[in-house]
Amino acid sequence: MSWMNGLDDWIIVLGALAAIACVLPGTFLVLRGMGMMGDAISHAVLPGIALGFFVSGTRDNVWMFLGAAIAGIVTAVLTQFLHRMGRLERGAAMGVVFTSLFALGLVMIVQAADHVDLDPNCVLYGAIELAPLDTVMFLGMEVPRAFPVLLVVCLINLVIILLFYKEMVISSFDPDMARSTGIHSGLMNQVLMVMTAATCVACFEVVGSILVVSLLVIPAATARLISDRLSIVLVLAVIVGVIGAGLGHISAITVPSWFSSDVEDTSTSGMMAVAAGVLFALAWVLAPRHGLLVLAIHRIRLRVRIVSEDVLGFLFRFEERGESMSVHNIRQTLTSLADAGPLASRLAIVSLKRRRLVYREGSVWKLSDAGRARAVEVVRSHRLWETWLWRQADLAADHVHGQAMRLEHVTDERMRAELEIQTGSVSQDPHGRPIPAGDSEGEDGAAASPPGD
Amino acid sequence: MMATNASSVPVVPGSEHDATAPLSIHDMTVAYHRKPVLWDVDLDVPEGQLACIIGPNGAGKSTLLKACLDLVPRISGEVQFWGESISRQRGRVAYVPQRESVDWDFPVNALDVVAMGTYRRLGWCRPVGRRQRSAAMEALERVDLADLAGRQISQLSGGQQQRVFLARALVQDADLYLMDEPFASVDASTEQAILSALRELRSQGRTVICVHHDLQTVQESFDWVVMLNMRVVAAGSIEDTFTIENLRRTYGGRLTLLDQAAMALGRAHRGEEEG
Repeated sequence: MSWMNGLDDWIIVLGALAAIACVLPGTFLVLRGMGMMGDAISHAVLPGIALGFFVSGTRDNVWMFLGAAIAGIVTAVLTQFLHRMGRLERGAAMGVVFTSLFALGLVMIVQAADHVDLDPNCVLYGAIELAPLDTVMFLGMEVPRAFPVLLVVCLINLVIILLFYKEMVISSFDPDMARSTGIHSGLMNQVLMVMTAATCVACFEVVGSILVVSLLVIPAATARLISDRLSIVLVLAVIVGVIGAGLGHISAITVPSWFSSDVEDTSTSGMMAVAAGVLFALAWVLAPRHGLLVLAIHRIRLRVRIVSEDVLGFLFRFEERGESMSVHNIRQTLTSLADAGPLASRLAIVSLKRRRLVYREGSVWKLSDAGRARAVEVVRSHRLWETWLWRQADLAADHVHGQAMRLEHVTDERMRAELEIQTGSVSQDPHGRPIPAGDSEGEDGAAASPPGD
Repeated sequence: MMATNASSVPVVPGSEHDATAPLSIHDMTVAYHRKPVLWDVDLDVPEGQLACIIGPNGAGKSTLLKACLDLVPRISGEVQFWGESISRQRGRVAYVPQRESVDWDFPVNALDVVAMGTYRRLGWCRPVGRRQRSAAMEALERVDLADLAGRQISQLSGGQQQRVFLARALVQDADLYLMDEPFASVDASTEQAILSALRELRSQGRTVICVHHDLQTVQESFDWVVMLNMRVVAAGSIEDTFTIENLRRTYGGRLTLLDQAAMALGRAHRGEEEG
């Protein structure tokens, strides 16, 4: 299906506005762990809207918003009431309240459908594709009827968040402390509920009561993965919401044609939710601090460092005994290490060679001077720890090696000095091998036991 | 008549309370789900004291603080701060909730949390500015956390989080500090840092009331004690009130041998006879 100027532009504008309107209260809902409250309210406003119709007999926005705001408050208060008085778990209380109200609303709308121009399908799924066709005059321009409504709700939400930013923050983070200083956190909570309810109503025509939840929750959750600063989380959430809306409509037009030539396009609101979900998945993998990729890289680097240090340690022990370490020895050594997978082992060897800590002479691996200095640190840490564990922590001499194998990789010069003081500067570890001094190379005669018993 | 230690707090039901006491509770009863948690609490905490509230689990220690601040509803009774209701004295009272009561994954840094202590004075709708931030920074310096000001709060240790809360209370510049377990799960050095900050407050004539759980540090850390087990068992200066007899009445059979031994040891060190 081709791009229709005007029509498709408007669809994206409306989608983006809906996303912005939802993201502002949605971020605070998510941060309070109340994402499901957004879901509950978006459903529970239905009877409020229906009531607005009954009272006014028209699709007049004022009545709709009034009914929705009341329904929003009722949901929050009833949930709280059932939770407290009925001793129902909060999630269950919410489930009871919003499904009942939603069902009530559906019945009312189906009843009203004969008299009022209102389509239950539209309430559930929205009709963003048709929204640009229903126009009104706004500031001397012909615009979709939903446009001024969404614009006003966006602006009101923005003003509320900007004006009451610090009250919202403290009421979300520490409601008791807020109340002790006279900031009415319960009131802020209700403001948030009304904002959410009004936003849901405004977005119904665009995305429907089910998909509005994805706009409330997903952009905020995505932004939270990326940043640890609330102000940045809010801005990022808006950006994610807008990009999701744009991507959603474009993919609604293009994606179906990849699979079949019969189907022309699919639901834009559905694809907006899918696009938001994809952005969330991307953030989950790629986020700078908590992302899976960063964590994986961090883990691999740690393992490579540990394996490199182990290899240096073994080379040093071979040297100590006057033996040389062949390619075969090094393979054996690597397979004996718990941490060394094939990838980490290979990377460790590459990294050691690149940093010129080891070099190869024929079939024998040798330590360079820099490599020996580093190896001394590792072995020194290892044997100091063995001594400490044996003497200070009363571990049996044949139990200390495994512990020291782990501890040696996190031990710096300061800790080594401390260990030396606490162990009383002994010169031999529990296995009778010399503890190399910090600055010399400790070329004492070979001890009898093999490396890493 | 309840078991109030008459020697230290002369409470006659219906009598006038001390109008100058920072905290004065008269006949307060609190219930959750109609089940009473606190019964007929009568208490006057004198000015300039470092006081602690001790008692077994479920004794209502945290509830006592919350009920005073109207954070949980009271069934009956009256609470006065310097002779007036909390709504008129909020600016002079700082409350520090339990560390576990908030979500430390919230996307704010240490400085942001401390700056919350300035919100009340700032008033509605006005954003945190440079002055508030520098006041928050100063408070962080007082608790030795200035270098972690920009750290997201989930990346702080338990003791550091506790000190962030203390710094937030310091910024409030209050005359009465109500703290819920400020020493919970902190290491020895943090405990000393917090204690010296509280002593500094006392030396400035302010009053500090802490919910406390470690009986072994009561004598060395505090000068005043409230012993609570749904009722006020005893309240008064440590010397007069913190006795084995009162502890038994507060903890019932639940006082561990270790606590008893530690108590006896503490008294022996100070060269006292057991009461």
